[in-house]
Amino acid sequence: MNPTLFSVPEARTDLHKSIRDAIGRNFRPLAFYSDADRSLICLMGNDDTHQLDLLRFVAPEGGSYPSLTGLSSEFHMYERELWEETGLVPQSHPWLKPVRYPHNRPELVLKDHPFLAAASESMHEVAVGPVHAGVIEPGQFRFLCEGEDVHHLEIQLGYQHRGIRKLLETGDIRGKIHLAEAIAGDTAIGHGIAYCRAIEALCGADVPDAVHRVRAIALEMERAAMHLADLSALAGDIAYLTGLNYFAAVRTKVINLSLHVCGSRFGKRWLCPGGVNYGISSEKNRYMITTLSTIREDIRIMGTAMFNDSGVLSRFDGTGHVDAASIRDLHFVGMAARSGGVLRDGRKAYPFAPYELFPDSIVLPQGDVFARAFLRYKESLQSIDFCLKLLSDLPETPACTPKLPEPERDVIAASIVEGWRGEIVHLIRTDENGATLSYRIYDPSFHNWMALALAVRNNGISDFPVCNKSFNLSYCGNDL
Amino acid sequence: MTHKPITGLTMIDLLKARIRHGDQAIPDPLKTKTDPAFPGLPSFRKQDDESWDRARKSCPTGAIGENTLDLGRCVFCGVCQRNFPETFVFSNSFKMGASRRETLILDGTLTPDAYVASSIATTPDIRRLFGRSFKLRSVSAGGCAACELELNASTNVNFDINRYGIDIVASPRHADAVVVTGPITQNMAYALEETWKAVPAPKILILAGACAISGGLFADAPALQRGFLDKVEAILYLPGCPVHPLTIVHGITALIGRKK
Repeated sequence: MNPTLFSVPEARTDLHKSIRDAIGRNFRPLAFYSDADRSLICLMGNDDTHQLDLLRFVAPEGGSYPSLTGLSSEFHMYERELWEETGLVPQSHPWLKPVRYPHNRPELVLKDHPFLAAASESMHEVAVGPVHAGVIEPGQFRFLCEGEDVHHLEIQLGYQHRGIRKLLETGDIRGKIHLAEAIAGDTAIGHGIAYCRAIEALCGADVPDAVHRVRAIALEMERAAMHLADLSALAGDIAYLTGLNYFAAVRTKVINLSLHVCGSRFGKRWLCPGGVNYGISSEKNRYMITTLSTIREDIRIMGTAMFNDSGVLSRFDGTGHVDAASIRDLHFVGMAARSGGVLRDGRKAYPFAPYELFPDSIVLPQGDVFARAFLRYKESLQSIDFCLKLLSDLPETPACTPKLPEPERDVIAASIVEGWRGEIVHLIRTDENGATLSYRIYDPSFHNWMALALAVRNNGISDFPVCNKSFNLSYCGNDL
Repeated sequence: MTHKPITGLTMIDLLKARIRHGDQAIPDPLKTKTDPAFPGLPSFRKQDDESWDRARKSCPTGAIGENTLDLGRCVFCGVCQRNFPETFVFSNSFKMGASRRETLILDGTLTPDAYVASSIATTPDIRRLFGRSFKLRSVSAGGCAACELELNASTNVNFDINRYGIDIVASPRHADAVVVTGPITQNMAYALEETWKAVPAPKILILAGACAISGGLFADAPALQRGFLDKVEAILYLPGCPVHPLTIVHGITALIGRKK
């Protein structure tokens, strides 16, 4: 059922009623945007029944409409984006401001962003960025502080906007895997699979079962590698140097295994629409099982030491707390939700082969830095176990690079993939000639940046780095 | 919401981890070998015009020219290598850095050894100023986070570029060089120029990864502003997509006159 090909539905006029109905039936918005023909498209999904519903609406007349955020705050990011791209004003939206300052709206200038200010003698502002102290992507953070305490953090992004959607919409959509891998380079496999699955739906390609398994192995290796990278960074931020160096070295082993299979430490060039450029031979399979088994034990030993250390726990426990109600209301996704008591996992909600074999998702109740760190530890073990399980009965799998048929005409293809941060949603619409009309991308960071802003409230400003790394959100995935 | 420790033997657990960790540093990053699967410095021989032309058209960044292959555009995606294995052979030499942009445009005749012998030029001034202490300030300007992660990895316990007196610093005021990753977006152009201005002279510009060198996959993107590069010339180009930590370690140590 995932990915899914939809014929373009008739445009309806009952925007609020349809959305209210869908929310009443326990659906949540996976995408909401203004399409190339100015109609509004909304992809709603029900995590429990695994149903997807694609709705299309006539654009509201007169430049404004009563906001959907008033109906359900889950829409707040989508409506900010809609307003930024089209100028259509969602009335009574609580905080309408740009998401990424796109190139095709030159009248919106990033340098002039109106930051939230406080007219108070006792408050001060701390401006950080766009160039940060470490080796990391750019973004502007504006802290409103009273002494050491953060009352609010405003995060303003857009510095990374490359216009990648425009590039994806130009030319043959079947040859864009390299770009898809660069939507967010730390999620090359996640976005790569989302692209491939959308293309396969669009072109009606049949993908062999073994290919699905190889891709799932790549996706889970990417998850483990990035969780380990962040555990290393979190340990570094609290001066727990054994964790910093140990987890960095284990991550090297995981990504070097990816290099061993496909030639890239990030899994770039591994995938192609319809198949994989690099299969797994029985010789490689044996090597991967041996290496991953060692890595599993490496992680277990370091995790046991780190999460028993009272110094580590005293820094992590209770820091950067996000409550479950906010997670639901503001539509935070993926590991940011699962570490705060809310089960949101695309691998279970919108599954595809071989994820029917995947065990139950890990959910932790705390919602603090501890939970996000501990979840990463548990999930990296779970991912490696799943890789080992898939490898144990994976047949000799050669490369598989079929020539795909022409894309279907006048359809919308959607795909949902649970990357290591959370759900990645891609939607492609073709016109009556089969050319790409629009390519929409939703990285989990698009939703979760607000979670970081909430997490640092009422924390000391010196806790910001550890809060930030516990999420490790993507700037370019948001800015596109 | 206090978490209960899993066991009570903290010190024993930590010792176990330290013993298992052992020594992870690559003894000599300049002499080490990468996995044979790593696509490094390529060589190529034109077989016939037709297959060359097909390879040219299939290249996602236009790195393949009339008779040349441009390492500054190549994203090492392997399309040419997989489709025309007779024509394109990628060695596993990671020593791909160069001092001049033109050096990256290969004509296919140089062996990896011959390329490395002349690709990076150091000067007595650079050796004197930076040879024993070289501080880098990174600016990501539209980078997809892959080059940024690899630049970070060059300082990790495996690659440990710090052993050569090379360090990544937080403030441009402390820096000797700016390392740019990413294709340089319109929205970052101003911040990049300001960062460059904030670095005290003498200073050096390094471009890391295909995006920074040539725009890479984003060369035709509508939201780039690469005017900064018309004003400031880089003196080290580090190819890759992303650039491998060993390419970074080799390129920078060669630039400041450490052994090749």
